[in-house]
Amino acid sequence: MSNAIEPTLLQGGRVVDPASGHDGVADILIGADGHIVELAPGLADQCPARTQIVDVSGRLVVPGFVDLHTHLREPGHEYKETVETGSASAVAGGFTTILCMANTNPVNDNGAVTRYIVSQSEACGLARVLPIGALSHGMEGKKLAEIGDMLANGAVAVSDDGLPVMDAHLMRRALEYCAGLGVPVIAHEEDTCLSGGCMNEGRVSTLLGLRGIPDAAEDVLVSRDIILAELTGGHLHVAHVSTAGAVRLIREAQARGVHVTTEVTPHHFTLTDEAVVGYDPDTRMAPPLRSEEARQAVVEGLRDGTICCIATDHAPHSTIEKEVEFELSACGVVGLETAWGLTYRLVQQGELDLMTAVRLLTSGPSQCFGLKTGTLGPGVAADLVVIDLDASTPVEVDEFHSRSRNSPFKGWELPSRIERTLFGGRTVYLWDGAEGRVGAEATAR
Amino acid sequence: MAGTSGGFARKDLLGLKDLSAEEIGHLLDVAEQFRGLNLRAVKKVPTLRGKSVIHLFLEPSTRTKTSFDIAAKRLSADTFSISGSSSSTTKGETLLDTAKNLAAMHPDIIILRHKRSGGAALLARELPHTSIVNAGDGFCEHPTQGLLDLLTIRRSIGGFRGRVVSIVGDIMHSRVARSAIYGLRTLGAEVRVCGPRTLIPPGLDSLGVEAHDHLETALPGADVVMMLRIQQERLERGGHYFPSTREYSRIWGLNRSKLERWARKDVIVMHPGPVNRGVELEPELADSRWSVILDQVENGVAVRMAVLYLVLGGERAARSEGRGQ
Repeated sequence: MSNAIEPTLLQGGRVVDPASGHDGVADILIGADGHIVELAPGLADQCPARTQIVDVSGRLVVPGFVDLHTHLREPGHEYKETVETGSASAVAGGFTTILCMANTNPVNDNGAVTRYIVSQSEACGLARVLPIGALSHGMEGKKLAEIGDMLANGAVAVSDDGLPVMDAHLMRRALEYCAGLGVPVIAHEEDTCLSGGCMNEGRVSTLLGLRGIPDAAEDVLVSRDIILAELTGGHLHVAHVSTAGAVRLIREAQARGVHVTTEVTPHHFTLTDEAVVGYDPDTRMAPPLRSEEARQAVVEGLRDGTICCIATDHAPHSTIEKEVEFELSACGVVGLETAWGLTYRLVQQGELDLMTAVRLLTSGPSQCFGLKTGTLGPGVAADLVVIDLDASTPVEVDEFHSRSRNSPFKGWELPSRIERTLFGGRTVYLWDGAEGRVGAEATAR
Repeated sequence: MAGTSGGFARKDLLGLKDLSAEEIGHLLDVAEQFRGLNLRAVKKVPTLRGKSVIHLFLEPSTRTKTSFDIAAKRLSADTFSISGSSSSTTKGETLLDTAKNLAAMHPDIIILRHKRSGGAALLARELPHTSIVNAGDGFCEHPTQGLLDLLTIRRSIGGFRGRVVSIVGDIMHSRVARSAIYGLRTLGAEVRVCGPRTLIPPGLDSLGVEAHDHLETALPGADVVMMLRIQQERLERGGHYFPSTREYSRIWGLNRSKLERWARKDVIVMHPGPVNRGVELEPELADSRWSVILDQVENGVAVRMAVLYLVLGGERAARSEGRGQ
């Protein structure tokens, strides 16, 4: 596959680009280098010879989505997901940039593993995969991993996600060290002394006879880490915020000028612990699905900007981990292929406007981590998504491009449909009217 | 059985939470009839002849397992017993795989005792052709215990509406308490729970249950006091629920003087067993005039006969498959 592509014109779509505030019908010209040449109405006359023209009139065109939080499972757990299947799942869901967590086997705690993940991604060429390095050696929570080595090999942040950093001193040093290196520390905020359950603590856990996890398990560690971010000047990014208390603490800290940011997952802004009734292991995740008050608090956080992005926490698990008793099942759900539909559902419900919804998946996460993606400015890689807002998409887990099927939304009908995803100007995903084609199949007609 | 029209038409018995007052009432009526059978010289009837019942007990149990086994045998069912230590689950086989393999041998009923909440629900969902009877799942439900408690209360005090039942002890980790609460509330009784706040789970008010910190307020006016077993292992695992059994016993343990001071004269004392004498109950109390603990055990067999009979379709099935040929 050569790097040069045919110049392409996406003609006549409604282009929404939150970074510039653009919302209107326009053409997008993509050059042979796969970068955006120009965004303006009526570009057909100015196209170079042999420009491929793609009619996207009546469609929404937005920057490729950016996901700050996925688990790709390679190396080590390839039966759940690989860099390639995870990337296929990403582009089928409109994501062209995904960050992947370090809890692989071996753990991504050194430059060699980081480099391996990047090279696997380059080999499949579907999406931009940016590794997140482990915060601690082996994710054991005892000593710092070789963060600089991982950054040199392509990592963009550090985290022991999945395992909370219970040692406050280690977290202090990580924030301090990473402040100097200019990268964020992503924190899975769960005080394990307080958690120890398998679902949200409340009326539903009582009814189901399952051990509960109180909001306080999250709020206590968020409080600690805000104080440590304040002490060190580091950038604390709170992963998958789920409680009203944590949203409030982060909002107050931001107002004080502390460099703290956060994300929320589609399942936390859509579902509550009522979804656990029936013991479906695909409703088990960490943090757990919370109360309706918490759900409303995170939606409010999305609206007022406290939460700067939506992140999937895409966590593939096979039936081995999920066809068991609820308490024994693995935490986490896949999310890349349902994130946009669930986000647009909030727009349809009047919770968010379209521009905000798109921002939360594009420039929101990009700017949060200082990435050069998520916008449609000239000279930027042409990562784009074409969406039919009038269609709808049934959630058919057997049709997922991910290797795993663990979605709590199976059987749902989500509004709109992702029709085409371009990565670096190349179509990497295409809905052909009957099925979604990925990679070379997307262009072979 | 005569006079058992209407009533209970479920394939499984997973809990009392979703049962109607009519369904529970029907189960108790049928159990009452089987109770008479258990007092006869010859206790066996051919009702479930040719039916197979598997006891899948993956958690230790003496009373419940024996009670189910006697119930099944008195109905002439063939019974097969698998315990935690002899099952393939010790070789790493999952609950679902074990159950699917057992179901492939076409038993009519699998009775499951499992330490995880939702275990019986998992089997009921995945095994559409086998009746699943929950013999206790985690902290969730123990419906036949609930039914035998209800039958014992009905026989002792005559009914439920307007009656007051105080449940004392570790409500948080108790499937017995949950099944009792659901059944009692559905039948119109007033339910109080009492214990250290660390063992009272959230959300009970949504079930119409009143929480009390002390026996001094939980006992007055109660028709029934149900004492729950305090499990030593809760302390050992660092749960920080209470400092010692000595202190627990002093505050929430039941003894003669507390009963005489605060409770009605005709109150009955229940316990699901096994009793920690000297912890939740003063040693002599289990054998006192207040105690109906052995009535509970006796009623357990009748209740389990009724459940096995009804999940297989009751009269309908017995008739169509030539009962009493």
